[in-house]
Amino acid sequence: MSTTSLSSPVTTPAFQQVSLARKAKNGVATVLVWLSFLIAVIPLVWVLYTVVANGITRIPFSNWWTEDLGSVLSDEVGGGVLHAIIGTLLQGIVCAIIAVPLGLLVSIYLVEYGRGTKLAKVTTFMVDILSGVPSIVAALFIYALWITTFGLPRSAFAVSLALVLLMIPVVVRSSEEMLRIVPDDLREASYALGVPKWKTIVKIVLPTALSGIISGVMMALARVMGETAPLLVLVGYSAFEHWNIFKGEMASLPLLMNNERVTNTMSVGTVGFERIWGAALTLVIIIALINLLATVISRVVAPKKK
Amino acid sequence: MAKRIDVKDVDIFYGKFHAVDNVTLQVPPRSVTAFIGPSGCGKSTVLRTLNRMHEVIPGARVEGQVLLDGEDIYASNVDPVQVRRTIGMVFQRPNPFPTMSIGDNVVAGLKLAGTKNKDKLKDIAERALRGANLWNEVKDRLNKPGGSLSGGQQQRLCIARAIAVQPDVLLMDEPCSALDPISTLAIEDLIGELKKEYTIVIVTHNMQQAARVSDQTAFFNLYGVGQPGRLVELNDTEKIFSNPNEKATEDYISGRFG
Amino acid sequence: MRPGDRIFKNLTTGAGIFVVALIGLIGLFLLVQAIPALQANNASFLFSRAWSTNDPTNMSFGILDLLQVTIATSLVALIIAMPVSLGIALFLTQYAPKRLARAFAYIIDLLAAVPSIIFGLWGILVLAPAIEPFAIWINETFSWFPVFAPGNVAPSVRGTIFTAGVVLAVMLLPIITSLTREVFERTPTPHIEGALALGATRWEVIRTTVLPFGKAGYIGASMLGLGRALGETIALAVILLIPVGSFFDWSVFDGGATFASKIASNYSEFNNPTSAGAYIAAGLVLFLLTFLVNFAARAIIADKKGD
Repeated sequence: MSTTSLSSPVTTPAFQQVSLARKAKNGVATVLVWLSFLIAVIPLVWVLYTVVANGITRIPFSNWWTEDLGSVLSDEVGGGVLHAIIGTLLQGIVCAIIAVPLGLLVSIYLVEYGRGTKLAKVTTFMVDILSGVPSIVAALFIYALWITTFGLPRSAFAVSLALVLLMIPVVVRSSEEMLRIVPDDLREASYALGVPKWKTIVKIVLPTALSGIISGVMMALARVMGETAPLLVLVGYSAFEHWNIFKGEMASLPLLMNNERVTNTMSVGTVGFERIWGAALTLVIIIALINLLATVISRVVAPKKK
Repeated sequence: MAKRIDVKDVDIFYGKFHAVDNVTLQVPPRSVTAFIGPSGCGKSTVLRTLNRMHEVIPGARVEGQVLLDGEDIYASNVDPVQVRRTIGMVFQRPNPFPTMSIGDNVVAGLKLAGTKNKDKLKDIAERALRGANLWNEVKDRLNKPGGSLSGGQQQRLCIARAIAVQPDVLLMDEPCSALDPISTLAIEDLIGELKKEYTIVIVTHNMQQAARVSDQTAFFNLYGVGQPGRLVELNDTEKIFSNPNEKATEDYISGRFG
Repeated sequence: MRPGDRIFKNLTTGAGIFVVALIGLIGLFLLVQAIPALQANNASFLFSRAWSTNDPTNMSFGILDLLQVTIATSLVALIIAMPVSLGIALFLTQYAPKRLARAFAYIIDLLAAVPSIIFGLWGILVLAPAIEPFAIWINETFSWFPVFAPGNVAPSVRGTIFTAGVVLAVMLLPIITSLTREVFERTPTPHIEGALALGATRWEVIRTTVLPFGKAGYIGASMLGLGRALGETIALAVILLIPVGSFFDWSVFDGGATFASKIASNYSEFNNPTSAGAYIAAGLVLFLLTFLVNFAARAIIADKKGD
């Protein structure tokens, strides 16, 4: 029997170094992936910076928020965007009044009544299709329906109807998710107490999901407020404050921006430049506020743990 | 109050699948009956037919009769919602309603049915919480959220909620399996007191628990994959655990399977 | 069934049916309004590039040019957005430190919150001048290659499909990323752990588990992005210059109009049903196009999400 010398290891080292080629590939991948994130951040920061830097000139002045452009010529300095803010908010709220109950009912159907049925499968598929319908197509549909077929005039209400088509899928999806999160345990506890199904949904399930639903609705609202296509097709622009949603021309922030774009020059320092970017910043501020409100409300309404 | 239950030739289906085959059993008033058996044998399913909760699942149905003091709860003119108002249920995981306070949770069954009188509700809440051995722990914080209690307390809250509507029967589906041993003991003591007023049926996978709390025990078993579960033996608890009639029962009790 | 339950069930079911009917109604109304215009059309709807619709008695309009420009801008946008979105989705699910992943994801989602008209204005007024030198360099260096040849709106390289495609790509990032991210997050942990246990580097784990698993979802998400790109209206209306007297000629430095931007830019012609009908006909084509793309995308995604 011979003994082996122990001056050199019996086996090869257990922890091999990863080969250089593999390390290199890994490194390249890491760099590319981090790069792609930065590529996304750059335009975001750039756009927001542009909007803030260019739009900030008139915003701090109170007349920007309290006057309309009725008393000012199109190339004259002065006036504000009150009429546009009112229009944007009005059209959005009218849209929400229609879209939210409708969307909520659809999501309740999908989660509470239709689970597994064929109609539910078709409905959820159509909601997905609706979310892919371009805003211009929604506008054309309302044009064909409201204006050509019903013979009604262009109006802010027609715009709201088009926005309803765009808002419904977002409300359905986000509400659906919130309703699904409510544990079945709670529904069963309610049924076991002898509470009918509809009451269980209205008094137990909905309140439990409410904070998420509200926040989803508000974010959907913020999104439709930025839509421009329906505005171009379905309502005219007015430089004056206007409150009648069924008749007449009404301003809104995107419409004002488009109007300035086609009637004014946009070189730096001109009235047109200030108004367009001022309106853009105003729109972004409103959207940000709505999102903030959504977060606040959802915290306040959420079921408490303590 | 506490009523007698007679289950007669009940078959339970999920759509076409025959889940439980031909169950006949009797539950005397003011007693505790335990359902035991291996996983999947159908004991929870049978429990849920006693308050018509089984049919909440789409496609589920029950054939046969379940008599409450002689009245068939499955008769064609009977409203299942009404049935559930007279039979209470406590679930495996405590499930107080998160949007309601402790006080509101207790009287949820009454409030949702339309009772509005605040004083009446307060009295009922106190009575139910005392009945669930929870009053002293929560009397000073009735308006705190239901979710702020510990697991064992939440389960006692659910029991209080179930007895607040003064049911004829109380069904408990593995009420302690999500709780720690101390809370479990507290609830078992509670069951011992509740049985003075209610008819209780409890499903449990813990045989020692069944031996501790119940007067009679029903052993369910499953005879193969895809086969329906069935009731093997119903007997006094003492007899089941010392000298049962069926060999299958003996095998289960002594741990040879399940 | 109790009356309350029956009423509520019918109400919610009715809402569901309404949404299903809505899609059909959209197609129907657009078709009905388009038919008179199509009948009055003197040119071939599918193959003509002409568009003269302000005189309802003498209309000739065809969608060929619109179709080509629409597809071209969407293609440029996808070519840029797809790899970047893939990288972002990988970043958010595999590389970003866990605590920061949510914050980073929120940043990407912010892109979706910016209204498209702002993207359009930024695109033409800020981005276009900034990338102009680069565009000019490509135009000159590669002008032998048809895609980079001088376009029909030269000498401007700003109001082109190139600029529009870049801006559109930015707008597509949150859409493609969000769904791809979801699919990547669903990669079964056993797969990942198996690869790690074999001593794979992070990239190798991704290449062998995350990517194969998420491939279908990524393709589906990209198709949804395509659907969005096809329908984008105001950003392209703001950016694209309309060439005078010439049409799309396969260069990214061409201008033109897409279905959506054409309709949106000519809203002033909607004063009589026949002229409006021509635009509605174009809108109908866009509707069908996006319907098909979305249909296919959802089918692909449902396949993978269903497990």
